[in-house]
Order: sequence, then C-alpha cells, then structure tokens
Amino acid sequence: MNTTYNYNVLRVNLTDKSWQTESFGHEEANRFIGGRGLATKWLYDAGCAKADPLSPENLLIFANGPLTGTNSPTGGRYMVITKQPLNNMIGSANSGGTWGARLKYAGYDAIIFEGKADSPIRLFIEDDHVELIDASDIWGMKSTECNDKLQEMYGSKSNSLYIGPAGEQLSLLACIMNDTDRAAGRGGVGAVMGSKNLKAITVKASNTIVNAYDKEAMKVAFQEAMAKIRANPVTSEGLPGLGTAILINVINGIGALPTKNWQKSYFEDAEKISGEELAENYLVRKGHCHRCPIGCGRVIKRNDKEIGGPEYEPLWAYGSNCNVNDLAAVNEANFQCNEYGLDAIGAPATIAAAMELVQRDLIKEDEFEGLPALVWGSSEAIVEWTKAMGEGKVELAKKMAQGSANLCESYDAAQYSMSSKRMELPAYDARAIQGIGLNYATSNRGGCHVRGYTISPEVLGLPEQADRTETEGKAALVKIFQDLTAVIDSLGLCLFTSFALGAPEYTALYNAATGSNLSVEELLEAGDRIFNLERLFNKDAGMVQSDDSLPTRLIEEPVSNGPSKGMLSKLDEMLPAYYAERGWVDGFPTEETLQRLGIA
Amino acid sequence: MITVKLFAYFREKRGKVLYLDEKIFHTPNDVCKELNIDPEQVGILLINGFHAKFDVPLKNGDLVSLFPPVAGG
Repeated sequence: MNTTYNYNVLRVNLTDKSWQTESFGHEEANRFIGGRGLATKWLYDAGCAKADPLSPENLLIFANGPLTGTNSPTGGRYMVITKQPLNNMIGSANSGGTWGARLKYAGYDAIIFEGKADSPIRLFIEDDHVELIDASDIWGMKSTECNDKLQEMYGSKSNSLYIGPAGEQLSLLACIMNDTDRAAGRGGVGAVMGSKNLKAITVKASNTIVNAYDKEAMKVAFQEAMAKIRANPVTSEGLPGLGTAILINVINGIGALPTKNWQKSYFEDAEKISGEELAENYLVRKGHCHRCPIGCGRVIKRNDKEIGGPEYEPLWAYGSNCNVNDLAAVNEANFQCNEYGLDAIGAPATIAAAMELVQRDLIKEDEFEGLPALVWGSSEAIVEWTKAMGEGKVELAKKMAQGSANLCESYDAAQYSMSSKRMELPAYDARAIQGIGLNYATSNRGGCHVRGYTISPEVLGLPEQADRTETEGKAALVKIFQDLTAVIDSLGLCLFTSFALGAPEYTALYNAATGSNLSVEELLEAGDRIFNLERLFNKDAGMVQSDDSLPTRLIEEPVSNGPSKGMLSKLDEMLPAYYAERGWVDGFPTEETLQRLGIA
Repeated sequence: MITVKLFAYFREKRGKVLYLDEKIFHTPNDVCKELNIDPEQVGILLINGFHAKFDVPLKNGDLVSLFPPVAGG
C-alpha cells in the first residue's frame, strides 16, 4: 500500500552496534496515528515504564507522523519519545526544523535506539546506508559548532540533531537540538541521549517527496487547509508578523505573567522585554520550519551573525520571572541555552527558583563561586548561570542543572519549585487562567502548556472566548484540547495550525495521505487513546493520583498584584469533573474506558 | 479620563498610549472609531485586564487595551 507511512523503522542497538529495519501494520498505525502515538505504544509495549530512564534498558525513539515530509502545512515535525528522567514519566518532546522530514525522505518513520555505546558515537543515515561512527571529535561541542561541523562533513542537504554539553552531562533539563536552534525540549530527553553516549544523528536522502495515497484528495485537503490558514488573521498576520513574543504584553495585560518566580503576576517593565521591543530593535526577519506557511520564528543578529531569537516562553522565563528587564541579556541567555542544549523554560525557571532561594537566604553567597550573584534583575546572572548549568562545573550550577524540584528539595524548600510533576510550569499564571491550570496538572509529561493549549479560548478568544476566571466547562475544554493536541503531534504537524484548522481538516489530510477512512470522531478518539496510553505508562512508572497537582503557591497564595490580584487556582473544583470527562477514577482510566478505547 | 493602550501594529501612527474623555467616548466602539480601528480587526479587547465587549460603557479611570489578532505558545 503506497501511503505516507514508510512502514519502516530503524532499530539500532548501541551496545553491540547493530541495526535492523522493522515494519509495522497499517491497522496499528491507524489506531495510534504515528509520531507521538505510535512511538508511545512501542515504548509501552517494550515495558520501558519500569526502566531506569538513564539505563541501557530505556528506549529512545525518534518518530515521524504520517504527514511529516508531505506538503501538508507545517509537515516537518518529529517527536522524541522515551521515559524521561526529570520525573520518571512519559517523555514526549516535539520539534520542528527539517530533520524529521529528511528522515521520512530517507525512508524511515522512526528510529528506535536501545542499549548504550561504550564511548561517544553518532549515527549517519543516507537512504539504506546506515553507519555508526566514533563521535569523540564532536563530543563537547555546542549546538552551532556541532551543526556546522556535521554540515561541513555531509553538505547542506543533510540535517542533524544532537545534544549539547548539557545532554552529555546528563542534565535533567537537557534538550535534543536540531538545525541549530530547534529543540525537542523538556523532561531531560537530552540526558537519555547522553546516557547512551549518542551525540548526533545526521540524515541525508535522495528523495525529497512523499506521495499521498490519494493524490487528488490530498490536493483538495491541502488547498482547503491552506485557504483556512491564509484567511485566519492569526496564522496569516499575527504569528508571521509578530511571532509568539507578542504575548508578553497580552498576558501581562490580564495580569497572568509570572514574575519573580510567581511571587507576582504583573511585570511593570513588560514593555522592555516585549515582542514590540524585540521587533523594533532586534528583528532581522521571520524564520520558518519545513513547509511552514506561518513563519512564527524570529531571526535576530548576534555579533553580525543571524541566530534564532527568543520565543515567548524564554522571554518570560529569563525576563519577568527573573525580574530582568534587559532584552539584550535575555537574547544572550536564550542563545546560550540553545548552545548548551538546555530547556528554555526549565533552565531559566530554575534560575528564578534559585533567585528566590537566595532571597530567602537559603542559598548562601559563597555558593556562587565567583559567578554573578543570583539576585532578582541581574542580567549577568541569567547569562552566566545558564552557561554554568550547561557546563556543569560549579557545584550549585550542577544542582540547578537537575531542575528546580531537585534544587529546591536540596534546600528543604520544595514549595519554591514552580512545577507540576517536577516539570517547570510555563508562562501563564494558572491562578488567573483556570483551564490552563487544569491542563498543567493533568498533563502526562508534567507542567506543560502545549499538551492542551486552552490559552486559545481563555485568552486569545480562539475559536471563541471562554471566561478565564470560570471553572465551569473547563474539564471538557481541557480534554478536547489535550486529545486534539495528541492527534496533531502524532500527525507530524505544528500545533500552531490549530489556530486555523480543526479536526475535520486534520482528518481530511490524514485520510488522503494514508488511504484511511477515519471519521472526525475516530481521529479524535485516537487522540483520547494516545492520552490514555500515556497515563497507563505513567501508572506503571509509579505515578500516583496526587501527582496531578499544582504548586501550593497557586492554590494558597492569591495573586499579589495587577488585574488578577486576589485570584487562586481552583484546581480542586475542576479535577473531579475532568476525571469524569475522561472516564477515570482516582486519576487513572477504568477498565471500561480502556475497553472503549481498545487498549485494555 | 480613560487610558487607551495600543499594541503591535495598532501603534503605527497612533502611539502607544492615549488619554480620552469618557464623556465623549462612551464605549470601546467609540474609541475604535476615533482611532480608525475597525473592531473586526481587534483580536483582544481588555478593560482593566478583563475581556470585554465593544458596547460596554466606559467609566472614569478605565484602562482599555487593544491588541490585533495574536497567538503564541
């Protein structure tokens, strides 16, 4: 059957340096779509929930969706699926760029790594040619140098992903980087790669096209999707023209921009780190991932060289959350974060937590070891401590590189880690926006906004305005956003398409590409199935119901300033309704739910 | 007096902040008309940090924020 699946998975054993290709069935693909869903199924079936995430027993899977590499708008994304070391739960990180599409063109839907190499190694793929190569010459390299070196070796038509020094040192905040500044971030997936001594994967391909099962239907589905993207003011003008950075003023405007490690929710100096400021003084041009008609990326200049500028999240995390109003410093810290391969939310959020520990006299001055003092508003601190965390050479920086939960616990002050399931929360105060708090708390990988981005209805008014302060109806809203996101991640598309597209458009693209005949409801049910399977994985990994939680600060300390002053997260009001909506009892799916979804 | 804050490209030729008399500009609709901004082109309208409709009466001291359609992640 000629579809956009290759039905071809490369399995590489790093211990004995062998590899083989494997197939998978169309029916299995249909049930889990691809990317996030299918790879989670493989990880679950392999029993990795019980594995030590940094041991050879854990699998590290890179997986494309059926629309990766197609002409579908934003069809270039891949997922990293593994058991993540930050919290010993499902690791599920998404990245753009071009690497994923190149892997599809080379003939593979996924690569599964097992075992551990005895010394630094890298993988090179060119169509059927697979080669494991000593990587001692590039071990230690930061992102730009590593990417440039591999491009020099293999040419501009190759794409590489790699870990930076943070991944090599097993930082639990380590990402996997590709195409210089794109990141499969969060959860410490880079540490899993580092634990296997795997530095990089380079892919070349003779092919540059993936043919849909039904080319005519694909053409129609593509045109309809593109028409919606072009007609939608957010995807045609807002994101291309302004990028994600524009949200600084929006979120500050409603009083939901966490400031000083969430001690405040309104930042007086927001304008100085805003998207408007970035556009006026730093922007060179917009940046695109593979086949992206939107182009939300911001390219800026650093020493006359073009680099990827900060997105909304690092602008917030290095900016207001560290009480820093110096955009040049935020740009530099974000650059260093990418260079060392650190999570651009987790790393700066951990710096903010450290600043609060200093404020409370828990971290002492002598722990700085000559580095700039970790004090609120310090431009030098956010840059130098990012580098120190990436380098892992200072004792305190080593602790910080293990994430805010570990850091704060080491000072017997867990309450200052603003995290859920030990993953640092992103840039929206859950006291001021009720639904996103429910999403943070129930996200399977931990405190994450891109598992169910209810900011769309609750703040941006898309597709229609929901009251951010209300709890009613949020359970159903969060569930549908989480399920649809699982679908989009599994298809190999960018979540930003969902500002313009809905389940009918995704279904049309999927069916045309793969020759399937799923209804809209069946595609969404696949999203539900994937989300439930992730929850089962977490259950086997030791998750308990009380892990579906938010930091005490969000439940007990009312917002202290700005328009949302006085608000608290009402998670307890929403959680029972959410479990009921999902068919879960005490945080986990019932037998009946599993049978309905066919994963019993 | 009401304060009107403009964001992104709404600032072009209009500035960042304006002060208007609520006795003349009774609603956000009136504000938009004065600034030559089509309400249809407004993505987010906030009054004192809360989402609002264009026909809500404005009162002395209100802060009106106007954003074009934007998004992020």
